[in-house]
Amino acid sequence: MDAIILQILNGLDKGSAYALIALGLTLIFGTLGVVNFAHGALFMIGAFCAVTLNKILTISYITIDETRTDFLGNPLKVENTYIERWFGPEIGSAIIDWSVPLAILFSIPIMVAIGFIMERGLIKHFYRRDHADQILVTFGLAIVLQEIIKYFYGANPIPTPAPEVFRGSFDFGMLLGFDPNVIIYPYWRLVYFSFSALIIGAVFAFLQFTTFGMVVRAGMADRETVGLLGINIDRRFTIMFGIAAAVAGMAGVMYAPINSPNYHMGMDFLVLSFVVVVVGGMGSLPGAVLAGFLLGILESFASMNEVKTLLPGIDQIIIYLVAIIILLTRPRGLMGRKGVMEE
Amino acid sequence: MLGLNKRDTTLLIAVAILTLFAPFILNPFPEGSAMAQFNAGYPDLMQRFVIFGIFAVGFNILFGLTGYLSFGHAAFLGVGSYSAVWMFKLLSMNVLPAIILAVIVSGMFAVVIGYISLRRSGIYFSILTLAFAQMSFALAYSVLTPITNGETGLQVYNDDPQYLMGPDSPTATNLFGLEMRSTYTLDIGHWSFDFNAGYYMCALIMLIAVYLSIRIFRSPFGLMLKAVKSNQQRMNYTGLNTRPYTLAAFVISGMYAGLAGGLMASMDPLAGAERMQWTASGEVVLMTILGGAGTLIGPILGAGFIKYFENIFSKINDTVLHQWFAFLPDGLEDFMVFIVHPFIGKGWHLTLGLLFMMVVIFLPGGLVEGGQRISAWIRRRNTDDAEKANGKTKPAE
Amino acid sequence: MSKSNFTRRGVLRTGAASGAGLALPTIFTASSASAFTNNPTGSSVTLGFNVPQTGPYADEGLDELRAYELAVEHLNGKGDGGCLNTFSSKALDGTGILGKEVKFVTGDTQTKSDAARASAKSMIEKDGAIMITGGSSSGVAVAVQGLCQEAGVIFMAGLTHSNDTTGKDKKANGFRHFFDAYMSGAALAPVLEKVLGADRKAYHLTADYTWGWTQQESIQAATEAVGWETVNNVLTPLAQTDFSSYIAPVLNSGADVLVLNHYGGNMVNSLTNAVQFGLRDKMANGKQFEIVVPLYSELMAKGAGANIQGILGSTNWSWTLQDEGTKAFVKSFGTKYGFPPSNAAQTCYAQALLYADAVQRAGSFNPCAVVEALEGDSSSLPGIDSPSNSGFVFDGLGNGPTLYRSADHQCFKDVLVMRGKENPTNEYDLLEVVEITPTAQVWYEPDHPMFAGGQLGECNPGA
Repeated sequence: MDAIILQILNGLDKGSAYALIALGLTLIFGTLGVVNFAHGALFMIGAFCAVTLNKILTISYITIDETRTDFLGNPLKVENTYIERWFGPEIGSAIIDWSVPLAILFSIPIMVAIGFIMERGLIKHFYRRDHADQILVTFGLAIVLQEIIKYFYGANPIPTPAPEVFRGSFDFGMLLGFDPNVIIYPYWRLVYFSFSALIIGAVFAFLQFTTFGMVVRAGMADRETVGLLGINIDRRFTIMFGIAAAVAGMAGVMYAPINSPNYHMGMDFLVLSFVVVVVGGMGSLPGAVLAGFLLGILESFASMNEVKTLLPGIDQIIIYLVAIIILLTRPRGLMGRKGVMEE
Repeated sequence: MLGLNKRDTTLLIAVAILTLFAPFILNPFPEGSAMAQFNAGYPDLMQRFVIFGIFAVGFNILFGLTGYLSFGHAAFLGVGSYSAVWMFKLLSMNVLPAIILAVIVSGMFAVVIGYISLRRSGIYFSILTLAFAQMSFALAYSVLTPITNGETGLQVYNDDPQYLMGPDSPTATNLFGLEMRSTYTLDIGHWSFDFNAGYYMCALIMLIAVYLSIRIFRSPFGLMLKAVKSNQQRMNYTGLNTRPYTLAAFVISGMYAGLAGGLMASMDPLAGAERMQWTASGEVVLMTILGGAGTLIGPILGAGFIKYFENIFSKINDTVLHQWFAFLPDGLEDFMVFIVHPFIGKGWHLTLGLLFMMVVIFLPGGLVEGGQRISAWIRRRNTDDAEKANGKTKPAE
Repeated sequence: MSKSNFTRRGVLRTGAASGAGLALPTIFTASSASAFTNNPTGSSVTLGFNVPQTGPYADEGLDELRAYELAVEHLNGKGDGGCLNTFSSKALDGTGILGKEVKFVTGDTQTKSDAARASAKSMIEKDGAIMITGGSSSGVAVAVQGLCQEAGVIFMAGLTHSNDTTGKDKKANGFRHFFDAYMSGAALAPVLEKVLGADRKAYHLTADYTWGWTQQESIQAATEAVGWETVNNVLTPLAQTDFSSYIAPVLNSGADVLVLNHYGGNMVNSLTNAVQFGLRDKMANGKQFEIVVPLYSELMAKGAGANIQGILGSTNWSWTLQDEGTKAFVKSFGTKYGFPPSNAAQTCYAQALLYADAVQRAGSFNPCAVVEALEGDSSSLPGIDSPSNSGFVFDGLGNGPTLYRSADHQCFKDVLVMRGKENPTNEYDLLEVVEITPTAQVWYEPDHPMFAGGQLGECNPGA
């Protein structure tokens, strides 16, 4: 029982990462009809916003400590951060400690700007082109973005810890009447889950309750008619692209403490998020979210020892196996609309 | 000729001449010169050019004709390689049975995957093929290690049974004794050209593969597939079941992939699981689109383009750069090295990514489109020149 | 040939015979006159440095490349000479190899066996490389080693830790200086017993591919020998990035030690996740819960950041050692690049020098002569009583007295047990030496079951 509760928690946590990325991907799919292979790269850039802010906050000046020596026998250079000099050691180190949550604020303008530039400068010209061309150009873009990050940050993962107060784990089991230490779950992962839920809710509310959202939804359903009504759908689509980029970016920022970011983390998520989107059904936002959580939970269950002894290697393929089964039983995924990306 | 029209015959002959003289064409720079870095005329890369050419030509039969975008084609390449290496392990190092088995096994694999995946279309089809290929990769890397030798890749060991191996049979892959790796090196002045047996075998097979692909494109079957691409619904409304046609195309293209896999194993008897990963499937998609999907020659160009960058650009390092720019004054030399540095060696991915974007932005039909534009431009210039020479322009009609 | 002989087998054989008549004269690119592949005839000799430059191990590859460039510098008599001054063999004099200037070509393995072989082949076929070295994973090492054996060039393995490289996949033309999974286990187990106690229950998470399995097998055997119990061994997919669902059940399994048989990005993530779950703050079976990472690398330590503090593991070498060879190498590396080398860099540097030295001593680039020189004069390490203790003994490259064992082309030397430092002074000073395990303790016989099954075979000079 406790093992199952644990894996449900894990599944929700993994699922929220999948759902967030898939949500942005679907927004672009659904509104713009563009297959965006660079979406994973946006997620990665988000994570590197956290890394960058951390680097900026820890910019240092060097003092020479004559009493100690470095590995070559020269006097040791000690690095001191400006932040700590300006704000005093206590507040300074607290600011550095909270660099990841701060990076959320830092990342939004950056991601929106990147989204705008991408859409206006590149994607716009591909609305009327083949999906094949869209794949090629966005894949090329993904590689370029990835290599730029690699050029500046190297290929090694970069540790980006969460604030001190969120390290360690929360004893869920105690709440539910289990013994201590039976069901524990890291604080930061709980934060991540709540954060995702919040963002997903915000995006849905935005599309559901604002005029802007209404027009976008109408555009998703029938772009031409909306255009005929004299509504400038293009500008709205640009904004949607910016929002999708920001969602991917924030997902990346918050993910940074869970796994140290590296330059190819976007590619690792890319294929998976495509599977999630398609399993959810093309053009359906709720479908993408649902599929994200479903696949996350099933993946967690498949990695349980009991399941693995029964079916060795099942955890390697579970996501793909489930995708195949769902697509064969439900032709357009869980909640897909007819006629979207079917030809 | 051979049932082809004049244009296709010309195309085939052009490809034949290019492949025949590839050792010369790909080695334009003298040995030891600074530009020798760009020579691609060594056996391994030439083999790769034609093998991936076959792979992409086969992929194009499915994608170019029917519009079905398979994102799992590398699985067939991998299965082909594994079957070929198993033939080496069980029979002998003769490549013929290996290649034949590779084609058969990958064909059967394609029947199964195609039968299931073709129940859906569009992106749903793509994800189904992707899922099958990723499952094959994950299992080959781990659980199926007894069959695939996992991480290391399947190779031939001295203690393998090799039932058809005589006491003096060659221990390298061969075609009835002609070793695939045997190379004749022709030295002319400072130039050196490699003529490799394996390359010419692959090239011959590629010519046959291209010929078959042209025949398929021009056949009633090919027309039917194009009709599927333009409007499958209408085809279905006419009461025609398109599934057998698309399945046939899927299986044929899977067999091409298997053939490529078998040839890869024949040139170098090792089959790694990475051959089945989605990145490998993505690569053939990129090759085809880059060259020009739906064109006959495009996929081969695309394959050559990507393999060239992978193998040549990744090997350029700063020492080489300094050699190139050595003629410049010191400061300028360092500056040039600094500018070029991010694009070579470990940065070859960056160059490739930029080129993908440029090609697709400026040449919407792929490299073939670029070729057509250039030839059209030359033709236009020639006619202009001719007109100038005539001293008068023709009256408008 | 008589017609009655036309059996299936006969056809193949006659086919082979007539084919052989047609066969073109040379193999690979060797000009037909020379006795072995890529005989360097000019004033220079080309070595092939085949390291990962793209993909997750790109930084490690880069560090290997730095070490190689340094080695080439020293061989050509530039720089401060580095370990040439401390190396026990005095054959090398800074005038290149056999008087030929050392040049090199580089390639990208992408950490994929296929790409690594393609890259190595282009070095052999196009650039005329006489020796291939480098790499950052065992799959690649085994694949490239096989290729070099076929092509008739020497392969000096870079970072490869699987037992198979000099076990069931060993080849006459291949040599490994790095240590292996068995040695990790043998070195770690006594320290683990001393530090954590003999009464421990271990839970293994293992990367689901060949290297992971050999390491897990080795560690399990070695720890069980000191009295530990193995509660469970769970295989994790290579492509896994989030290990939470594998780590969540650990605390409840009755285990009090978690062993992470992961490397590279896998290890960084699994360790980060394990620390996130707060495993190290917990008590289990009345003891402090502990994590062990059997194979450490400096770059992984950097990637995992503060999570590695206090965690035990093993390495092949560390720049903090105080012997003459280490000091010389760290000094020239640090002066040139501004930071200390990783143990991947050190093994690559040592391999390059060892190869050059062997050629110099053999007086020939012929791979068979080089193999003979590296197999040595049947000298042996003191203190180990075994008939297989025979090969080439050297010192002064950083690991203390070392034996290149002729029986399987594996180096035997001291192994370091390391611990993540609690208060690192800078980003390179992350690991500290806990114990230097003497060679005798990590010794094994070539026919040990974990290494059985392969044969070196004959050296192949190609051509």
